[in-house]
Amino acid sequence: MTDTALKPGQTEVWITGIGLATSLGEGLDANWAALSEKRINVDDKSFAPYIVHPLMPVSFDAQIPKKGDQRQMEAWQRIGTYAAGLALDSAGIKGNKDILSKIDMVVAAGGGERDLNVDTGVLTAEAKGANAPGFLNERLMSDLRPTLFLAQLSNLLAGNIAIVHGLGGTSRTFMGEEVAGADAARIALARIASGESDIALVGGSHNGERKDLMVLYEFGDFNLKDKFAPVWARKDHAGFALGSAGAFLVLESKAHAEARGAKPFAKLSSVVADLARRKQPGDMAATLEKLWDKLPRREGKGAIITGATGAEPATSEERGFLKGHADFPVRSTGTMFGHTMETQFPLGIALAALSISRGALFPPNDSTGTEIEMQGAPTQIVVVGAGHWRGEGMALVEAVG
Amino acid sequence: MTAPRDRFGRPVVVVTGMGITTSLGAGKADNWAKLVAGESGIRTITRFPVDGLKTTMAGTVDFVSVDPFSSTGLSERMAELVTQEALEQAGIGAKADFPGPLFLAVAPVEVEWPQRRELGRAVGKPDFTYDDLLRISGGGKYSAYHHRFMFGSVAAHLAETFGTKGSPISLSTACASGATSIQLGVEAIRRGETDAALCVATDGTVNPEAMVRFSLLSALSTQNDPPQAASRPFSKNRDGFVMAEGAGALVLESYEAATARGAKILGVIAGCGELTDSFHRTRSSPDGKPIIGCMNKTLADAGMTPDQIDHINAHGTATPENDKMEYNTTSAVFGELLQKIPVTSNKSMVGHTISAAGAVEAIFSLLTLEHQRIPPTINYDNPDPTILFDVVGNKARDARVTAVMSNSFGFGGQNASLILTREPA
Repeated sequence: MTDTALKPGQTEVWITGIGLATSLGEGLDANWAALSEKRINVDDKSFAPYIVHPLMPVSFDAQIPKKGDQRQMEAWQRIGTYAAGLALDSAGIKGNKDILSKIDMVVAAGGGERDLNVDTGVLTAEAKGANAPGFLNERLMSDLRPTLFLAQLSNLLAGNIAIVHGLGGTSRTFMGEEVAGADAARIALARIASGESDIALVGGSHNGERKDLMVLYEFGDFNLKDKFAPVWARKDHAGFALGSAGAFLVLESKAHAEARGAKPFAKLSSVVADLARRKQPGDMAATLEKLWDKLPRREGKGAIITGATGAEPATSEERGFLKGHADFPVRSTGTMFGHTMETQFPLGIALAALSISRGALFPPNDSTGTEIEMQGAPTQIVVVGAGHWRGEGMALVEAVG
Repeated sequence: MTAPRDRFGRPVVVVTGMGITTSLGAGKADNWAKLVAGESGIRTITRFPVDGLKTTMAGTVDFVSVDPFSSTGLSERMAELVTQEALEQAGIGAKADFPGPLFLAVAPVEVEWPQRRELGRAVGKPDFTYDDLLRISGGGKYSAYHHRFMFGSVAAHLAETFGTKGSPISLSTACASGATSIQLGVEAIRRGETDAALCVATDGTVNPEAMVRFSLLSALSTQNDPPQAASRPFSKNRDGFVMAEGAGALVLESYEAATARGAKILGVIAGCGELTDSFHRTRSSPDGKPIIGCMNKTLADAGMTPDQIDHINAHGTATPENDKMEYNTTSAVFGELLQKIPVTSNKSMVGHTISAAGAVEAIFSLLTLEHQRIPPTINYDNPDPTILFDVVGNKARDARVTAVMSNSFGFGGQNASLILTREPA
């Protein structure tokens, strides 16, 4: 009912730009090289016992030339604004005022980092007896940086992208953890396919190196601790390792791309999403199966790229679903990039498009047999994204032609 | 008979159910009576201590209780109440079985101070670091807080309670969020993906840190006494907006589906428009072009010309910059016609309901169309001589209203406008 699949008369939607800044590196070549060499960037010391996939350092100046702009952002916004710039470069539209003035943006975002010193300062002062009624107010008034709020607001990732790269179309920010990334792609695809829009920038960014986020996920015992393992090998040691990444895509109608001579990495044929109730074991797997059936028929050489988190019971449910489609080689972005929350689904689409355009699926990195080798070039890749708590999404990325 | 499709061949989108809660009260009847009577919902904050704050008043919704209290919990409860009201009026679907998707405008979610303080106390020693907080967060004791402070939690709760279909979308376009939720619903129906959509916008975030954040950006009025006189849109002595809580829900349907089931049509969403301003994080481009473009796009989307708009429900926050910019841009779009268009700002009475404002004001615009009566802009005793709107000052005005433009502008360059009409064009 609310799914996006091409209907007769609707235009084909191409992926013409990809921007990646991740724990494996910046840009398509660096990420592809790391994937091909099965290189994983894990830090088990800085946040011990918690494990993170830290951002491979980038020179933010390259995409965010004004230091003043960089200062107005916290890390998650800088990562996203940077990756968005890479995507615009990749599509060949960076600085193209005609196109950027009308490009539509759909961003999947969480919120920005807190000032941990302020939070800890308030709490320790209270622990030492500060209990005047206005204590919290006064401390926040004096200690919070005036512009920190803007670095925390969800829609200010899109706002910063618009300011730094000069985007002037529409701007929508979707929240809601993992599935927000699927919904962002779903709505952008629907708008282009129906002719409401010609071109859109879609993606998200996440800073996983944040203790305030770890507290939130620790409430639910979701953080991976002590020892890294591929997501499929965490059954008795469940959890996700937060990852830092920005992943943006330029989606474009075939006609718009052809008119400006742009080449596609792949086409985005369908994005579907749902909200399983997850009350009973099997609910989530049943929803994934339903979404799988809603995707257009797959007749080519297929594969699956999933954002499975490593959290339970979601990962076991998903493994059950995958077993039913064992003829599709599986790759897990969670193993390679960590869990980048809202960004995981756009990252999955990006890697699917990249794999199709490079004529190979990147190699498996798994000891449990869930991921198997793939010979030859994939022509159809299903991107799967099931949230650690709620939300399920799926996309079909296909070779053009 | 009216055609079920607009001049562009798209399904006409109508409203068949509305629900609203603001600081004025719960429900359409109570809100409308107080709104046209010129009552203010702004009061001195009692929910938490205001010592040390520059602004001590807000449009809080104190009559909705949530236990344990959190801003996100209040947002969720208000969203539930207004959705119930809207669904009762629409009479659509079955209980817990709404036949379409949910688009929810909701304030960004984060762990809040009461919970953070609980954690601080649980550490059990006077000197500690953030790592100590992290170390005691696990083990299941606080698992309810994980669910509570997921961004998607409010939408998931509404989707499960009301049985909306597919993946519910939680969105934020800052102060334009409510309008964006309606726009997403309209687009889904126009694309033919669904016959109905539930568009909800809610904001319950009057809490100390939110007040401080806006204070530090010098955005809030500090005219604390009397609180009812603080929100002064279009006045010379306006000095900022007043934070407020509230929620609005609209059931949207295609005209065809609504008439087929004999539903009463409350109004039409004739046009939606949106245009990003890339000038600055909190300020509009000085030339006003993005806002002008937004209004023009909305008129074009509705297939209407400026002379067909006979009322403007302004964003009208009462910040010095917004009201001036809104006048300049509106007059650029409407020219001479503007003299004859009555303008009002509901925020003079209910305050600025932030993420909910676009939906709350769309509902007030639809009630204006229904009652042919324009609610006043109160506290309009000292008009700004540079803002030459025909402001409906202090007293409600009876008027022939066929089409209302409702504007929303937000931080991050978010501009969104809606055109609401009584009948399909």
